[in-house]
Amino acid sequence: MTKLVMTEEETMLADMARGFLDGAAPVSKFREMRDVGQTFDRALWQEMADMGWAGVLVPEDAGGSDMGYAAANVIAQEMGKTLAVSPFISSAVIAATALRQVSDARAVEALGRIASGEATYALAVDEGIKFDPEATALQAKADGNGFRLNGKKQFVVDGALADRLLVLARTENGLTLFDIPADRAGVQRDASNMIDARDAARITFDDVEATGEDVLGAVDNAMQVLKPALQAGQAALAAEMTGLSAGAFDMTVGYLKERKQFGVEIGRFQALQHRAAHLWCEIEVTASAILNAGRMLDSDPEGAELAVSLAKARAIDTAKLAVIEGVQMHGGIGMTDAYDMGFYMKRARVGAEWLGDYSYHAEKIAAARGF
Amino acid sequence: MTVNPTDEFRAELCDWLEANCPQEMRDGAMTEDGICWGGKNWVFTSDAQKLWLERCAAKGYTVPTWPVEYGGAGLSRDQEKVFHEEMGRINARTPLQSFGIWMLGPALLHFGSHEQKLHYLPPIARGEIRWCQGYSEPGAGSDLANVQTRGEDKGDHWLINGQKIWTSYADKADWIFALVRTDREAPKHKGISFLLCDMEQPGVETRPIKMISGISPFCETFFTDAVIPKEQIVGEENKGWDVAKYLLTHEREMISGGGQGLGGGRALGAVLSDTMEEMGATLRADALRCEIDSLAIGLTLERYKDQSEAGQGAGDASAMLKYMGTELNKQRHELMMSAGGSDALEWDGPLGNRAGDWLRTKANSIEGGTSEVMLSIVSRRVLGLPA
Ligand SMILES: Cc1cc2nc3c(=O)[nH]c(=O)nc-3n(C[C@H](O)[C@H](O)[C@H](O)COP(=O)(O)OP(=O)(O)OC[C@H]3O[C@@H](n4cnc5c(N)ncnc54)[C@H](O)[C@@H]3O)c2cc1C
Ligand SMILES: Cc1cc2nc3c(=O)[nH]c(=O)nc-3n(C[C@H](O)[C@H](O)[C@H](O)COP(=O)(O)OP(=O)(O)OC[C@H]3O[C@@H](n4cnc5c(N)ncnc54)[C@H](O)[C@@H]3O)c2cc1C
Repeated sequence: MTKLVMTEEETMLADMARGFLDGAAPVSKFREMRDVGQTFDRALWQEMADMGWAGVLVPEDAGGSDMGYAAANVIAQEMGKTLAVSPFISSAVIAATALRQVSDARAVEALGRIASGEATYALAVDEGIKFDPEATALQAKADGNGFRLNGKKQFVVDGALADRLLVLARTENGLTLFDIPADRAGVQRDASNMIDARDAARITFDDVEATGEDVLGAVDNAMQVLKPALQAGQAALAAEMTGLSAGAFDMTVGYLKERKQFGVEIGRFQALQHRAAHLWCEIEVTASAILNAGRMLDSDPEGAELAVSLAKARAIDTAKLAVIEGVQMHGGIGMTDAYDMGFYMKRARVGAEWLGDYSYHAEKIAAARGF
Repeated sequence: MTVNPTDEFRAELCDWLEANCPQEMRDGAMTEDGICWGGKNWVFTSDAQKLWLERCAAKGYTVPTWPVEYGGAGLSRDQEKVFHEEMGRINARTPLQSFGIWMLGPALLHFGSHEQKLHYLPPIARGEIRWCQGYSEPGAGSDLANVQTRGEDKGDHWLINGQKIWTSYADKADWIFALVRTDREAPKHKGISFLLCDMEQPGVETRPIKMISGISPFCETFFTDAVIPKEQIVGEENKGWDVAKYLLTHEREMISGGGQGLGGGRALGAVLSDTMEEMGATLRADALRCEIDSLAIGLTLERYKDQSEAGQGAGDASAMLKYMGTELNKQRHELMMSAGGSDALEWDGPLGNRAGDWLRTKANSIEGGTSEVMLSIVSRRVLGLPA
């Protein structure tokens, strides 16, 4: 029976990840990147790959560490605490999960390149302002043995700098997922100037050629490979956001113990104590949903939909509360760019939209729970 | 091939349930007296209720995780999960519920002597003795350590004088566990003893108090020269506060689970589905949010149980479970009332006791320590904010 307790390995992984990130990717490192407009640090990603993070979901015979979804969540959660910038969710979680649904030699090779850190991926799904894969309109028209892609994507996270793109397109009888190099002729990438200072792009596909080889999984049946990939990505993002909540919370409680007004630490005021305590309770409850999502993805991926949407919905709500309370309890200084809390707030907002917002996941839960 | 011991247990249990759970007991029990509370005064609502209790008690299934020698079935946490799953699958009523099971039992298991455990636990497990909780007093609510009921040392016994209030089911109980001041000179937390008192004596009197929901589940309890023999103390003299606090963590976990039991554990969506059409988008959205929180809090209860089995007790975090669980339960009942519309406004109307249940839930965030007290506990003990 699976248990909702961190295993010893998971605890060790979390400790190790925290140790590494505090040294190699603290919030101050993110600030430096933000200040110079850098959205990807290949050297940092290489270090993460060397520790087995890029291959966390890649089978061992393809060169990965194959630690599973709960472990991927643990890593994502730690990254959230320090706002570490990396293509972990796009490449190591989403792309790797999609590729491992397919067993051909090409997919195995691609998985190996993800695990080694050699290739990064981005998932191009959104076309409108909201996540809605089923509404995909980007056309992949059959052309001889191959296809021609025409259309536009937006909010392609990690899309401006990724080496490869997973592109969801409409084909004759359904949706098809393509795996193409990002520099293929006809692909035009425009980096978006994001509030969270991370990589995202608007991408135009102008008569982009794709062969049958480029199709991931079966034609007209994208969801077979994409659905597990999306679920894994949603769970990992929920974990990152919960780490973010914990990071913002720790800063806030630290400040309550330090800042003095009226001659005492403001943490003595019950009005603030109870709000901080309430926030802690919310984070604890969300942490359970995150742990559960990882357990379900590892033990019963097909039955994990409710668990994943629950994790994402709760993570969105909790992160919102954590950053709003974080700024408020800091007073004026929380509003300044020189202080880190604003970074947490902006990342929480981006995370709330990526891979489905609260309403999107609430509706999945509604369907599963008889509403 | 090795057989998973949990699967083996499940198979045995299924057979046992099939053979022993009366059909009438497979309805989940939606009413107040549908579940047996036991005790000398209990009047069984049916032969099936009595039979179900006796059969479960004989197997130790009224207190499945207690050791066999004290009337339990000695189940592990995995087996306990299976037990609840299988009971839930056939919608079986809980055979017995009581403050003895939820509160006194865990405290005795932790602090009681072997003799006390052998003496007091089996009658609880068999539903023979019903206990009530004598903590609160008119001047000691949130400030519980301020209890003034006093115990005078008379050599082989204490003489008890004072008043308790809000004592749930005191009028139906056989025994009361009470916080009594046995040292009036000591600082307030250090002069309290945890005593067990037989209520069948002239010095103990109860007077029911009517609640806003129309029923009288709690009482005033008066002690006038009541006698408690010295051996009826749990833990050491004047160290009752430790026992009291430990017991409260169990009480809080029990109360926090209340929201999960609502409507026989059914999803809020299913409970509300009859009126979903008329509910309107705003109410539906509120209900959905409540359902999401409810699922996550349910998982948190599971997580803390798993953690405590792994040796990491919930401790102060039980305050979190209590606060989140009870605030949620109030919210659920608000939604049930809205969904019921004017049908829910009649006592014993088309929706049964929905209004009474709704009013009763308002006590959830008061009894066992108020929400504000829970937040203060989290703030101080978990977050380390200054008092
Ligand atoms: C955008 C902006 C513009 C501003 N413009 C001006 C301006 O033009 N001129 C000017 O003089 N000032 C200005 N201010 C300053 C503003 O008035 C202060 O930020 C505000 O009074 C709070 O003080 P503080 O920042 O020191 O926070 P603190 O007083 O340190 O408060 C930190 C937190 O503690 C809480 N807190 C403090 N004391 C208590 C208590 N007793 N009980 C419960 N909670 C408590 C606060 O509510 C807050 O959540 C501006 C601030 C901002 C953000
Ligand atoms: C239905 C029901 C059943 C009960 N059953 C039992 C029972 O079986 N046995 C038993 O012993 N007791 C029982 N109780 C009593 C219960 O434990 C008390 O009601 C509870 O502890 C609150 O105490 P009080 O009613 O005196 O409220 P008070 O302590 O007077 O509180 C009034 C308000 O002030 C707030 N408050 C108090 N102190 C603080 C503080 N320091 N900071 C912030 N806010 C504060 C409280 O949160 C509350 O909102 C029951 C109560 C109810 C409603």
